[in-house]
Amino acid sequence: METVSTAAGRAAVRAPRSILHHKALRTLMYHLVVAGLGYVMLYPILWLFAGSFKGRAEIWTNVSSLIPQQFTLENYINGWRGFGGITFTTFYLNSFFYAGVGTLLAVAASAVVAYGFARINFTGRRFWFACMLSTLMLPVQVQIIPQYIVFSQLGWINTFYPLLLPRFGGQAFFIFMIMQFIRGIPRDLDEAAEMDGCGKGGVFFRIILPQITPALITAAIFSFYWTWEDFLSPLIYLNAPRLYTVSLALRAFADPSGTTDWGAIFAMSSLSLVPVFVIFILFQRFLVEGISTTGLKG
Amino acid sequence: MSEALSVSSSARPTGDRRPRPVKPHKKRWRHDNWTGYLFISPWLIAFFAFTFIPIIASLVLAFTNYDVLSPTWRWVGLENFERMFTRDPRYIKSLQATFFYAFTAIPLRLIFALAVAMLLNTNRRMVAGYRAAYYAPSIVGGSVAVAVMWREIFGRDGLINAVLGTDVAWLGNPSTAIWTLILLAVWQFGSPMLIFLAGLKQIPREFYEAAAIDGANGWQQFWRITLPLLTPIIFFNLVMQLISGFMVFTQAFVITGGAPLDTTLFYALYIYQRAFVSLQMGYASAMAWVLLIIIAVLTALVFRSSSYWVFYSAQED
Repeated sequence: METVSTAAGRAAVRAPRSILHHKALRTLMYHLVVAGLGYVMLYPILWLFAGSFKGRAEIWTNVSSLIPQQFTLENYINGWRGFGGITFTTFYLNSFFYAGVGTLLAVAASAVVAYGFARINFTGRRFWFACMLSTLMLPVQVQIIPQYIVFSQLGWINTFYPLLLPRFGGQAFFIFMIMQFIRGIPRDLDEAAEMDGCGKGGVFFRIILPQITPALITAAIFSFYWTWEDFLSPLIYLNAPRLYTVSLALRAFADPSGTTDWGAIFAMSSLSLVPVFVIFILFQRFLVEGISTTGLKG
Repeated sequence: MSEALSVSSSARPTGDRRPRPVKPHKKRWRHDNWTGYLFISPWLIAFFAFTFIPIIASLVLAFTNYDVLSPTWRWVGLENFERMFTRDPRYIKSLQATFFYAFTAIPLRLIFALAVAMLLNTNRRMVAGYRAAYYAPSIVGGSVAVAVMWREIFGRDGLINAVLGTDVAWLGNPSTAIWTLILLAVWQFGSPMLIFLAGLKQIPREFYEAAAIDGANGWQQFWRITLPLLTPIIFFNLVMQLISGFMVFTQAFVITGGAPLDTTLFYALYIYQRAFVSLQMGYASAMAWVLLIIIAVLTALVFRSSSYWVFYSAQED
C-alpha cells in the first residue's frame, strides 16, 4: 500500500532494499511535484506581498525576486494616505461595516428561513423551496437595473441601504446549506421539546440554533468573503469616495491613468487580502467542510 | 439538489386520498401554515421585493427605450433585441468573448481541479498543507487586489516579461489578452477541486483493489472506475461553473476593461457599460434577459445530456 509512511517502511527492514528505495523515491517524487506545483500556485500572491516591501526603484529592477533587497514599510505609509484627502482608514471602516453588518444580517436571516423550510410543514413549501433554489442561477443583471431605478428614486444612492436591505431575506446558498445541516439533526429532540409545550420558535432558539453553529460559522465566513470582495454593487451604489469600500478604493487607487506609485498599490492590495487569509488560516476546517458537503462556489 | 427536494417530499403526510386514521397516534407532521410562513417570511418578502418584481420590471424595460436621463420613454417592441443582433457589433463581440471564455476556462479549470484532487487524494503527510496552498488562490480570486496584481503580472514591465525576458504587451494584444483572464480563472480551481476530493474519497478502495487483481493499470482504473463514478460530481461542478462563468465581471472590469478591440468585453461587463455608463437601461435590460435565456438553455442542455453520461450507481439509491 502506498499509504504506509516511510517511518513504518523503515521499521519493516526485512523488506527487500530495492522495494524500500522504490517507495521512498516515489514519496520523494510526489512531494517534489506537489510542492513544486503548489509553489507555482502561490507564487503570484507571495510576489505581491514581497513587492509591497520593496523600495521604489527595486520594484522594477528586482522584479521576480520574492525577497526584497532592502526591506521597507514606506509603501504602506504612502499607500495608507489614500487619495483625494481620504485615507484607507475610511475605506477599511466602510468595508468592515458593510461586510460585518451584511454578514450578520444574511446569516441570521438564513438560519431562520432554513429552519422554516427544513422543519415546518406548510402548504406551498416545495414550491417556495424550488423558487429559492432557482434564484441561485439567476444572473444578477436581470435584477440590478430595476433595483437601481427604485433605489435612486428613493434617494438611496450613496447610502448603504441598497447593499444591506436585500440581506434581510438571507441568501439562497446559505439557506440551502443550513437546511442540509438541520436535516442531519435527529428530530427526537424537537418532538420532545414540542411535547413539553415548546413552540416552533422555542425549538428553533433552544434546540436547533445551538446545534447548527458549525454551519453558521461556515456561512458567516463565506458571506464575509463575498461581501468583502463584492465589487459590482458598491460600484453602482457608492459613488462618493468617502463611502468607498476597500475594493472600490483599490480600483480607483490603481487606475493606470492616475497614480504611478506601484509600491503603494502593492502594499494596499496586500493589506486588503490580510483579513481574508487570517480567516482562512483560523477557520480552514469549516471552509473545506462547507465546500465539500454542499458544493458552495468559492 | 433534487435529492433535497425528494427528501422534503417524502416527509410530507401521505395526502387526503387515503382514509385518515381515526385518532392519529402521534401527529408527527401536522400542517403548520402560519408558523411556516412566519419563519420563511424574511426570505419571501425579500424574494418579492428584490428578485421577483425586479425581474418582471426588467422584462418590461427590455421592450422600452427607458433611459435615466430622458424624461420620456416608450414601448419599442422587439427593437432592442433586433438592435442587439443586427446593429450592435460590440454586442456580437461580447457574445464571442463570453462564449470563448466559458468554453475554454471552464473545461480547463475542471480538468485541473480533477487532476490536483487526484494528486491530493492520499494519506501522505503534509496533504492538508498542500490542499490549503492550492485552495488559497481561490479564496482571494474574485478580489480587486488580485485583479490589480494580475494586471501587474502581465504588464509591459511585469513579472511574466521579466521572467521570460520578453517584451510582450500581454494585455494590449487582442490575441493574448483574453488568455490572461482564462489563466486567472484556471488558477482558481480550488472549489471544484475540494468537491472532487470529497467525491474521490467516497469511491470504495475495494474497486481499485479488484481492478488491480484483474490486471488493470492506473490509466485503465482512471477511465473505468474513477471517471464513471465521478460523473455526478463532474455534472454538478459543470453546472455551477457554467452559471458563474457567464456572469464574470470584476476581473475583466479591472484588468482589461474590455480592451483591446473588445476582445475581453464580457457579457456582464457590456451590460454594465450600457446600463450604468451610457444609462440605456431599457437596452441593457433586454441584454440581461438574453443572458438569462442563454444560461437557462445551456443549463437545460447539460441536464438533458446528463442521462447519456452521468452514471448513478445503484448504491446511491
